[in-house]
Amino acid sequence: MDLSSQLLQLLFSGLTLGSIYSLIALALVATYNITGVLNLAQGEFVALGALLAASIYAAGLPLAAAFLVSVALIAALGALIERSVIYPARESSALTLIIITVGLSISLRGLALLVWGTEPVSLPAFSSGGPLLLGGAFVNPQTLWILGMAAATTSGLYIFFELTYTGKAVRACVINRTAALLIGINPGTISLLAFAGSGAIGAAAGIFITPVTLATYDMGFMLGVKGFVAAAIGGMHNIRGAVLGGFILGILEVYSAGLISSGLKDAVALIVLLAALMLRPEGLLAISGRKV
Amino acid sequence: MKKIAFPVALILAFAGLPLLIKSNYLLGILIIIGLYAIIVIGLGILMGYAGQVSFGHAAFFGIGGYTVAVLTTACHWPSIAALIAALILPGLVAAIIGGPTLKLKELYLALATLAFGILVHILFNELKGITGGPSGLTGIPYFTVGGLVFDRDIRFYYLVWSAVLLVSLGVNNLIHSRVGRAMRAVRESEHASESVGIDTAALKLQAFVFSAVLAGLAGGLYAFYVTFISPSPFGFHTSVQFVLMAVVGGLGTFWGPLLGAGLVVALGEALRWATPLVIPGAGGEYQIIFFGAILMLVMIVKPGGLGAVMDLFKKSEEGEAH
Repeated sequence: MDLSSQLLQLLFSGLTLGSIYSLIALALVATYNITGVLNLAQGEFVALGALLAASIYAAGLPLAAAFLVSVALIAALGALIERSVIYPARESSALTLIIITVGLSISLRGLALLVWGTEPVSLPAFSSGGPLLLGGAFVNPQTLWILGMAAATTSGLYIFFELTYTGKAVRACVINRTAALLIGINPGTISLLAFAGSGAIGAAAGIFITPVTLATYDMGFMLGVKGFVAAAIGGMHNIRGAVLGGFILGILEVYSAGLISSGLKDAVALIVLLAALMLRPEGLLAISGRKV
Repeated sequence: MKKIAFPVALILAFAGLPLLIKSNYLLGILIIIGLYAIIVIGLGILMGYAGQVSFGHAAFFGIGGYTVAVLTTACHWPSIAALIAALILPGLVAAIIGGPTLKLKELYLALATLAFGILVHILFNELKGITGGPSGLTGIPYFTVGGLVFDRDIRFYYLVWSAVLLVSLGVNNLIHSRVGRAMRAVRESEHASESVGIDTAALKLQAFVFSAVLAGLAGGLYAFYVTFISPSPFGFHTSVQFVLMAVVGGLGTFWGPLLGAGLVVALGEALRWATPLVIPGAGGEYQIIFFGAILMLVMIVKPGGLGAVMDLFKKSEEGEAH
C-alpha cells in the first residue's frame, strides 16, 4: 500500500475514533454547562452501555433490540444517578460535585468488574460483508455505521436544541441558569434530562464501537478522559467546538499511533489536554460569541 | 495546660507504640499511614483552603520516589541530597502545571492533574531507560544520615512519624499566619479576598506547589523504605484514595489528615481480608467499589468529614472551660 492510501486509511480510523470522542465530549460539555457538574463518570456510561448490550444480545435478543434496551436502561441509570447522587448535592461547591463524580466513576467501574469480569465481550458487526475499497483504502463497514450514528445523533441534537421548546429551555439553562429560572424553566428537570441524555449518548457510542474494539469493564475511563481532551480543545463552553475537538483528537491520535509509536497513543491525548489547559484554557478553537 | 496535654500524650503514645507492637506487618502499616498522612496534609491545604482538587497526587508521590531511586542507584547521590531533590522536582512540575490553570476560576486544575497523573503513570511504564519500565528499579540503599542507617522498620517508623510531626507543626503555624488567614479568606469568598488585595491565583499556586512538595517528600521516604520502586503504586486509584483520605478526615482541620489516612488504610486492609469471604475469588480491586461509594456518601452527607466532628468536640470542651 502506498503512503497516500495509507494516510487515507488512517484518516478513516481517525474519523471513526473521533466521532466517538465527539459524542462523549458533547455529553460532557452539555452536562457541564447545564448543571455545573464536570462529570468524570461519563465514560462509565459508554462501558456499561456496551457491556449491557452484549449481555442482552447473548441472551438471544436481536441486535437492534439489544441496542434499544441498553440505551434506554443506561438513560434510566443516568436519571437515577442524577436524582440519587447529584440532586441531593446540587447546592454544594463545584469541588464537592467533581469529587462525587469521581467516586461514582470508580464505583460503577467496580460494579462492571463484579458483573462482567475482566474478559472482553463482543458484539457482531451491524452489517455483514467484508471491507469496502474506498479510494485505495479498505474501510470496515462498521466505520460507516459509526460515522452515520454520530452524524444522526449530532443532527438530532441540533434539531432538538434549535427547534423544540424543551431544547430551547436547555439552551437557556446553558446560557444563564439564573435567568432561565426567572422565566420559569425548572433547572432541576433540565439537569435530569442532561444526565439521562448523557447516559443514552454514551451507551449508543459504546455499543457502536464494540464490534471494532470489543468492550471491557475498564474501557470507560480512558474514553471519558478523551472526551475531556476533546472538550478542552473545543472549549468547555462550546458544544460545536467539543464535537470538532473530538474529530481533531481522533485523527491526531491515529496518525501519531500509525506513524510514530502505538505505546504512546494515550500519552498524545493527555499531552494535548495539558497543553490546551495551560496555553488556551478557553479552548484551542474558542471563538467568542454563541455558546451552544 | 489542658490544651497541650492531649497532643503531648498523643506524641508519647506514638513514640511508645513500637514497644508494644512486635509485628512487622502492623509496623509497616503504621509507616504507610504516616507517609500517606504527609501527602494528605498537603492535599488538605489545597482542597480545604485553596478550594481546588488534584486527581494526580499519586504522580507527585511517584516522581518523589523515582527521583530518589534514580539518584541513589544510577547517580550514587548521598541519600539526604536525593531526598531534597525529591522535594524540589515535584514542586517545580506543580508550578509549571498550576501556573496557567489556577489563574482561571473554574476547576481546570482537576482536569489538568487528572491528565498529568495518567500521563506520568504511562511514562513510568514506557521510559524504560530511566525508570526500568513495569518491573521498576531495585537496590535503593537505606536512608543514611551522619552514620545513622535507617535499615529496620522500627527506625524508619520514628523517621516517618518525626516527619509527620514536623510537617503538622509547620502547617499548623502556617494556617495561623497571615498566609493562612488569606487562604481562609479565599475559601470563604474569592471575590471578597480579591477586593481586599489578596492575589488569589498566587495563593492557590503556592498551596498546590506546597502539596506537591509534601507528596514528593512522602515518595522519597517511601523509596528509601521499600528499597525498590515500580509504577503500580502510583496510578489513578492511588490519587483517588488520597482525595478520599482528605475528605473522610475532614478538610481544613488539624487532625483530619491523620484520621483520614489511618481510617482509609485500615479499611483497605480490612476489605482485603473480608471481600474474599463474601465474594469467593475476589481480588483487592473490589475494594475500590467501597472507596467510591464512601467518597460519594461523605461528600453528600457530611462534606466536613470526621475532622469536623473532632473539632466540634474541641469547641464544646473549650466552651465548658470558659
